[in-house]
Amino acid sequence: MPGRNVLLEARGIVKRFGGLAANDHIDLTVRAGEIHALLGENGAGKSTLVKILYGSLQPDAGTVAWAGKQVAIGNPSEARALGIGMVFQHFSLFEGLTVAENIALALPPNAGRRGLAADVRSVSEAYGLPLDPAARVSGLPVGVRQRIEIVRCLLQRPRLIVMDEPTSVLTPQEAERLFETLRRLAGEGCAVLYISHRLEEIRQLCHAATVLRHGRVVGQPDPKTATAAQLARMMVGVDVEGEGGRRARRSRRGGTAAPVRLAVRGLSQSRGTAFGVALDDVSLEVRGGEILGVAGVAGNGQDELFAALSGEVPALDHAAVEIDGRACGRMGPAARRRLGAAFIPEERLGHAAVPEMRLSDNAVLTRHGTDPELVTGGLLRLSRARSLARRIVQRFDVRAPSGDPEARALSGGNLQKFVVGRELDRKPGVLAVSQPSWGVDIGAATEIRRGLAALADGGAAVLAISQDLDEILEISDRIAVISRGRLSPAVPASETTREAIGLLMGGAGD
Amino acid sequence: MQVELRQRSEASRLMVWLSPLLALLLTFIFGTLLFAALGYDPLRALYAYFIKPLTEAWSLEEIVVKATPLALIGVGLALVFRANVWNIGAEGQYTVGAICGSVLPVMLPDLQGPLILPAMLACGVLGGMAWAAIPAFFRIRFGASEILTSLMLVYVAQLLLDWLVRGPWRDPDGYNFPESRLFAADAVIPALAGRMHFGTIFALIAVAALAILLGRTLKGFEFRVIGAAPRAGTFAGFSERRSILAVLAVSGGLAGLAGIAEVAGTIGQLHPSISPGYGFTAIIAAFLGRLNPLGVLCASLLLALTYIGGESAQVSLGVSDKITRVFQGAILIFVLACDVFIRYRLHIHPRRQPACPIHEPAQAKEVP
Repeated sequence: MPGRNVLLEARGIVKRFGGLAANDHIDLTVRAGEIHALLGENGAGKSTLVKILYGSLQPDAGTVAWAGKQVAIGNPSEARALGIGMVFQHFSLFEGLTVAENIALALPPNAGRRGLAADVRSVSEAYGLPLDPAARVSGLPVGVRQRIEIVRCLLQRPRLIVMDEPTSVLTPQEAERLFETLRRLAGEGCAVLYISHRLEEIRQLCHAATVLRHGRVVGQPDPKTATAAQLARMMVGVDVEGEGGRRARRSRRGGTAAPVRLAVRGLSQSRGTAFGVALDDVSLEVRGGEILGVAGVAGNGQDELFAALSGEVPALDHAAVEIDGRACGRMGPAARRRLGAAFIPEERLGHAAVPEMRLSDNAVLTRHGTDPELVTGGLLRLSRARSLARRIVQRFDVRAPSGDPEARALSGGNLQKFVVGRELDRKPGVLAVSQPSWGVDIGAATEIRRGLAALADGGAAVLAISQDLDEILEISDRIAVISRGRLSPAVPASETTREAIGLLMGGAGD
Repeated sequence: MQVELRQRSEASRLMVWLSPLLALLLTFIFGTLLFAALGYDPLRALYAYFIKPLTEAWSLEEIVVKATPLALIGVGLALVFRANVWNIGAEGQYTVGAICGSVLPVMLPDLQGPLILPAMLACGVLGGMAWAAIPAFFRIRFGASEILTSLMLVYVAQLLLDWLVRGPWRDPDGYNFPESRLFAADAVIPALAGRMHFGTIFALIAVAALAILLGRTLKGFEFRVIGAAPRAGTFAGFSERRSILAVLAVSGGLAGLAGIAEVAGTIGQLHPSISPGYGFTAIIAAFLGRLNPLGVLCASLLLALTYIGGESAQVSLGVSDKITRVFQGAILIFVLACDVFIRYRLHIHPRRQPACPIHEPAQAKEVP
C-alpha cells in the first residue's frame, strides 16, 4: 500500500562487530497500517536491525526517521516513548506472578496499577486476545503467554509493533488467531514489522517484505504475488530443495520388515521440576530405515521424553527403553551411546556443547566412550580430538572463524551443523534428535534434514522431536503427537493431514 | 568521550595471563598511594616490601616455606573452582588435617619408627577430606550452598583446635601455654635445607599431578565440563554429584596435607595459630594463578612474598603488619577486575556519535 503515510524510514544503516558488517547500508521503509515482513537467514542481520530500531544497539552510520522527522533512539524506553513496541521470541515473563502483575512490571513506574486489570481486559477483548488478569503465568500454555506479551505491548498504544518469530511456538490454530489480531491492528493503522522463517505465513499475512542476506537488502518482493520458492531463493541465494526431496524419500520407504531398533514401552515419569511435564504411559517403536517425527507444541513433555531417551533422566523400569533389543532404561547416556545410540538435544549452548570449550573438546564430549582412539588409559589424545573436529567441520561444512574455535564463537546454524555432524559422523544405529533445525537458516536446515534422511536410508532408526510442523511433515515417515505428556499413536505421514496433526497438538487427542 | 566494553567473540588467551600482571601493576600504584597517604616514603616502603625479601638468603628460604602450604591448598582450589564448586573452607580443612595428623604424635608420643610419619600424613589427608566431604554431602543431598557450609566449618575447626590445645592436648610440661607437646624426632618431616622441609616436594608433586589431571585426563575433562556447563556434563554421561564429591575430597585432602605438613615440618607442635590464613590466601593464589596448577605455583611464591614483605616493612619502617592483608586483598580485587578484559575489549569513542538530545524523541512524537 504505497499510498499510506511512511511511518518509519531507515536509511543506510551500518553496524559493524569487529570485521563483520552485520548491517551494511540497510534501507527499510515501513508504512502505517502495513504488515511488513523482514526475511533472512540466521546471521543475515535481522536481529541487529531490529535491535537498532528498538534502541538497544546504536548504528555506526545511517539515519532513522519516524513519521518524517529524524530521530536518535538511544534506548528501548525512548523507542517505546516514540511508539515502537516489541514482542520478543523468548518471553520475559515471571512464572510465579499473575498476568496483571507481569503487565504492571513492564509499564512505566508511575503508570499506576489502579484500573490496570480493567485495561487489560478491554484491550484483550478488543483484539481477540482473551486473557484472565488474575491467572498465574506458570499454569498458562505458550500461546497464552505470547498473548500477555502482545497485550503488554498494546497497552502502550504503539504505532509500530516488532514481532520476532511469533509463531514458532504456536499451534496452527493459535497462529491463525494471532494473524487475525495482527490484521485487525493493521486495519487500525498500526504497522507491524514481522520477522519469520515461515514463508507460507508471510505470503498469507504480509503486505510488503524486505529480504536481507549477509547484512544487505537483497530484495523487496511483493509477498502476495511471490512464491515461497522465490522468497526462499532470495534469502539463501540458491535453490532450496524442499518438497521434491521429501517425495523422493517417501517412495523409497515403507514395509514393516525392518527390525525395531528403538522401543519405548509404557514409560511414565514424574515431572522433574515444578514447571516440568510428567510423561504418561508413552510407548513408541522406531524401525531401522525410518524417521519417526514427534510433533507437539513446546512444553508438552518433549524435553522429558528426550531426557528419558538419552538417559540423562534414567527410567525406573529397566525394560521401558530398548535400543536394538537391549533393555537400557536405567543406563546413563554414555552406556546408551555404547549400544550404538546417539542424541542431539535442542539447546546447542550449554547442553549439546560447552560454550567456553573448543570444538575439539566438544567433539570429545559425546564421543569419549565410543571412540577408543580419543582416550587411551584415561588420557585424552588432544591431537586426535583436533583432527576429529577438523573432519566434522569439513564434512558438514561448518563455517568456523579459526582452526579450533570456542563453540560460542560459531553462529547458531554452524554450531548446529557441528553438533549434528558430531553424531552423524559416528554412524549411529539409533538417533534421537530434538528440534534439529531450531533457529537455523534454511540452507543449514536443509543440509541437516538431508543428513538425517541419509542416516535413516543407511538403516538407522531416527526419532525427531520438533515443534516445526513443516519440518515434521518434510522428514518423517510416521508421525506421532505429544500433548501434555501423552504420545498419540504414530500414523504414516502420507495418511495424515496438517489439520489432523494441528488438532492433536492442540490437545484434541486427550 | 564515551567508554564502552565490547564483548569479544572468543576469550582472549593473551589477557588471561596479562590480567594478573596488570593487576600487580595496579597493586603497586595502589601501594604507592597508600604508603604516601600513611606518611611513608613510598619508594622505600615498596622496596622494603617487595624487593628486600628477595635479596637475602634467609628470606628467600622463608618464601619457599610459606609458599608450600599456599601451593598445596591453591592447586586443590584450582581444581574445585574449575569444577564450579566453591570451597571457601580450605582453612578449616587445613586445620582439621593438622589436628588429625597430630593424633599419633600427641596421644602416643612414645611411638617410634619410620612408619609414623607416613601414617601421620595419611591421617592429615583423610582428616581434610572428611572435613570437605561435609559440605559435599549437604550440597548433593540438600542443595545447600557449599560456600556457606564450607566457610562456617572453618570456625568449627578453629574452635576445635583451640579447645584441644587448651584442654586435653595441652603439653603437661608446657607451663600452661595453649600448645601441644613437641613432636618426637620420628614425627617431624625431615628438612631439605635450612627451614625448608620435604613438604615442598609434596607441593611440587601435587602441582604436577593436578596439571596432568586437569589438562590431559578424561577425569579432568569431566570436572571442567561439569564446571562450565553441568547440563552438557550430564549429557556427556558424567555425574555432577560424583564430580562435586571428588573435587571437594581432593582439595580437602590437599589442604589437610598442607596442615599436617606445616605442623610436622615447620612448627613441630600444635598451637592455636598454626596458619596466618593460608586457606584464604590460597583462594587468591588460585585466581591469580588462573586456576592453572603451574600458575598457582607462581602465584603462591608471590603471595608468600607479601607475607615476608609485610614483616620486612614492619621491621624496617614500623608499618603495621596488617598491611599484608591489605595487599593480598588489593591483588585479588584488581585481578578479578582486570579479568573483565578476557571476555570484553575496551572501546573509547572520542565523543558520542550522531547525537540528538535525549528529549528529541518526545518532540518527534508531536509530528503527525
